[in-house]
Amino acid sequence: MNYKNIVFLRIKILIGFFALIFLLLLISFNNVIAQNDYPTDDQVNAIAKELYCPVCENTPLDVCPTQACAQWRALIKDKLIAGWSKEEIKQYFVDQYGDRVLAQPPARGLNWLVYILPPVVFVGGIVVVYLNLKKIKKSSEKVVQVSNNNNDKYLKEMEEALNVLNNEEDLS
Amino acid sequence: MLPNLGYGTLVITLIVSIYAIVSAVIGERKNLYKYVESARLALLLTFPLLTLAVISIVILLVNQNYEVQYVYNVTSSTMPTYLKVTALWGGQAGSLVFWAWLMAAFGSAVTLRKWDRDHDLLPWVIIVSSVTLAFFLIMIVVFENPFIRFWTLPSGGELVAMFAPAGSQLIHPFDGRGLNPLLRHPGMIIHPPMLYLGFVSFVIPYAFGMAALITGRTDDRWIRLTRRWTLVAWMFLSIGLILGSRWSYDVLGWGGYWAWDPVENAAFMPWLSGTAFLHSVMIQEKRGLFKRWNMILVIITYSLVIFGTFLTRSGVLSSVHAFAQSAIGPMFFIFIGLSFIISLAFLIKRWDDLRSEGVMTSLLSRESLFLINNLLFIGILVVVFWGTVYPLISELFTGQKVTVGPPFYNSTTGPLFVGLLLLMGIAPLSAWGHSTWKTLGKALWIPAIGSLILIVVLFVSGVRSIGALIGFTVASLAAFVTIYEFWRGMKARHKRNGENYLVALWKLTARNRRRYGGYIIHLSVVFMAIGIIGIEFFQTETQGRIAPGESLSLAGYTVTYKNLAEFDVADGRNVARAVLSVSKNGKDLGELYPRRDFYYDSQQPMTIPGVRSTVEDDLYVILVNWEQISSLGATFKVFHNPLINWLWYGGILLVIGSFIAAWPDPEKEIELAPSRIMRKETGNLVSKP
Repeated sequence: MNYKNIVFLRIKILIGFFALIFLLLLISFNNVIAQNDYPTDDQVNAIAKELYCPVCENTPLDVCPTQACAQWRALIKDKLIAGWSKEEIKQYFVDQYGDRVLAQPPARGLNWLVYILPPVVFVGGIVVVYLNLKKIKKSSEKVVQVSNNNNDKYLKEMEEALNVLNNEEDLS
Repeated sequence: MLPNLGYGTLVITLIVSIYAIVSAVIGERKNLYKYVESARLALLLTFPLLTLAVISIVILLVNQNYEVQYVYNVTSSTMPTYLKVTALWGGQAGSLVFWAWLMAAFGSAVTLRKWDRDHDLLPWVIIVSSVTLAFFLIMIVVFENPFIRFWTLPSGGELVAMFAPAGSQLIHPFDGRGLNPLLRHPGMIIHPPMLYLGFVSFVIPYAFGMAALITGRTDDRWIRLTRRWTLVAWMFLSIGLILGSRWSYDVLGWGGYWAWDPVENAAFMPWLSGTAFLHSVMIQEKRGLFKRWNMILVIITYSLVIFGTFLTRSGVLSSVHAFAQSAIGPMFFIFIGLSFIISLAFLIKRWDDLRSEGVMTSLLSRESLFLINNLLFIGILVVVFWGTVYPLISELFTGQKVTVGPPFYNSTTGPLFVGLLLLMGIAPLSAWGHSTWKTLGKALWIPAIGSLILIVVLFVSGVRSIGALIGFTVASLAAFVTIYEFWRGMKARHKRNGENYLVALWKLTARNRRRYGGYIIHLSVVFMAIGIIGIEFFQTETQGRIAPGESLSLAGYTVTYKNLAEFDVADGRNVARAVLSVSKNGKDLGELYPRRDFYYDSQQPMTIPGVRSTVEDDLYVILVNWEQISSLGATFKVFHNPLINWLWYGGILLVIGSFIAAWPDPEKEIELAPSRIMRKETGNLVSKP
């Protein structure tokens, strides 16, 4: 019995030993995988591109030549190694340095103005142009009505003559 | 005592320009010609006076008089002489003097023209030019004096002042700080003068516009008189913008040409309103419409010119604090605000007189399409203006700094630019007065089929980006329409006069310079659009750290790191220069030398890319980082910029087109004399000796 126990013990130790080796192997193998996953400069730049240098004016982080920005890019790399997602990293920078690190202001509060004002003004412009064109439409309808009374061929000839005239003389 | 002489000259010029204003006002009010003539001579005098001031600054710069603060700030002993001279516009004070000098030159030039038919406009042109000049001179004399010097006080303290405080001694620093290395580039040497020439020459159409408003001459005389000025101003502004982009591409080392930076926007905004103006004035000339709108455009352009001058150098828009601290910031805003309000007041006063002489008769007529063109230009202007000033507003009201960057501008202005390109393809075919779908369609179908074929070819060859396909469609349509227009004209001449096609092309263009010069400019815009679509939609990049012998690959190119050397250069730089060999599909294409220059005087680094340019694309390599021992490797960033060179080709073509369109045409000037009748009506200042 004793002998049997000893054999079992040895087998257990052996299995444990192999298990340990297997585990170590697995860990080292995992490390190899992690090494392969080491973020490339392109991956770092892809995120840095969407962020702005927190200290320089209007310089995207991926192309900013200052030492500080090089460190921030290194920071992005560290966060990528730590498994952070792009959004998490961007949020981290926003929390640290404020909204100015984003390429455009987040749409909330006063910032809505950024997005709303130009279209509103543009629509206003369209209305002004439309009102002008509406005036035209009425007068051109008159023209068409008048010309409808005459024959189409005449109108066509007139237009062609006008066209030739315009082509030769306008903008001179 | 050159600084004293220079400063004295500036003060005298200021007094002379104020005299010109007062004398012109008196002359105009009391209808006394001799006062107006005296004002004219006074304005003429400002040019030689300011030339003297400019020469004083240049001598101080070249002679390395570092006791003068401006010289100390922008030059150093290691800079070559030509850079010392161009440092005149390397800092704010010098730039303002340079601006004033150009203003005096243009103001003088315009008073030298024959005024016999337009004498009632003269006093007001003098007043507007002189007020602008006087404002800049006040800024210089009071706030941004380029001649102030360093002094040691008896107490041991130091002071920067124009005149010696009692008992003080001049300080002669051993060396200057040197020009910002970013500005030591050929593009940067020509870029500011071009931009300033553009800015300053836009003052002239504004001056004439105001003169016409104030005197009540509601005909299009002011537009005809300033047509060439406007075109030249527009050309200089365009050259300035393109050179600025080129500089950014060559020097800033980020692989791009335009970053929608506030300073860039500041120069772009007057270009936008100026381009709208350039088109819109034709409607007034041809059809007597949009008189009010043209006035509004020229007023806006003037305000934006002053705003742009101020922004391009001061950089105060970067933060509210910088603005508040800057002495001249608030002054500039007061001046812009006042001149804008006063101009608008005159416009409102004349509002009823500026009624259109006719109505638009057709939806597709040239004038309607020009109206839409103006809507799009102003739309872009609003976006750019708002994006530029919003960070300030945000900081002012919420304390939060924000960035309004390229994604905002690209998504908002992109569709508007597409609209403009589309109009460029349609409008040249529509007639003044009346056009129908039928007439338009008849002229349009051949070019339209051309661009349709092109798009199919692009799609089959693998282009899938919707944005790029739309961009190429409208750009190619504009190009085909323009070429078709040339072809039709050539063919007509060939048939009628039996000229061969080249002679026909030459004569066609020569006989109708404004029109065909304009078409060439349209073609140049198509070229630029191709370049912009190329880089915006198809730019790729990669970055990596490689040891000697290792390679990076991008877009079929392979760059192999050979070696790197670090050395000092006599002009005060430390240079780290890498040697890379380039190959494409196994074929050797030579070497590239990206480098990093470190300037000892200003302690600033500069990244100079190594670029291989072809019609098709640029391979653009930046040295990002390297180990002290070069065998350990270096980090490179490689950009592939397809079609980018079309942007620069377009720039060259634009200049050619502008020259053709603006070339003097003495015979036609004589034909235009509707003003004679008008002057009898308005009645004032007819007494020409």
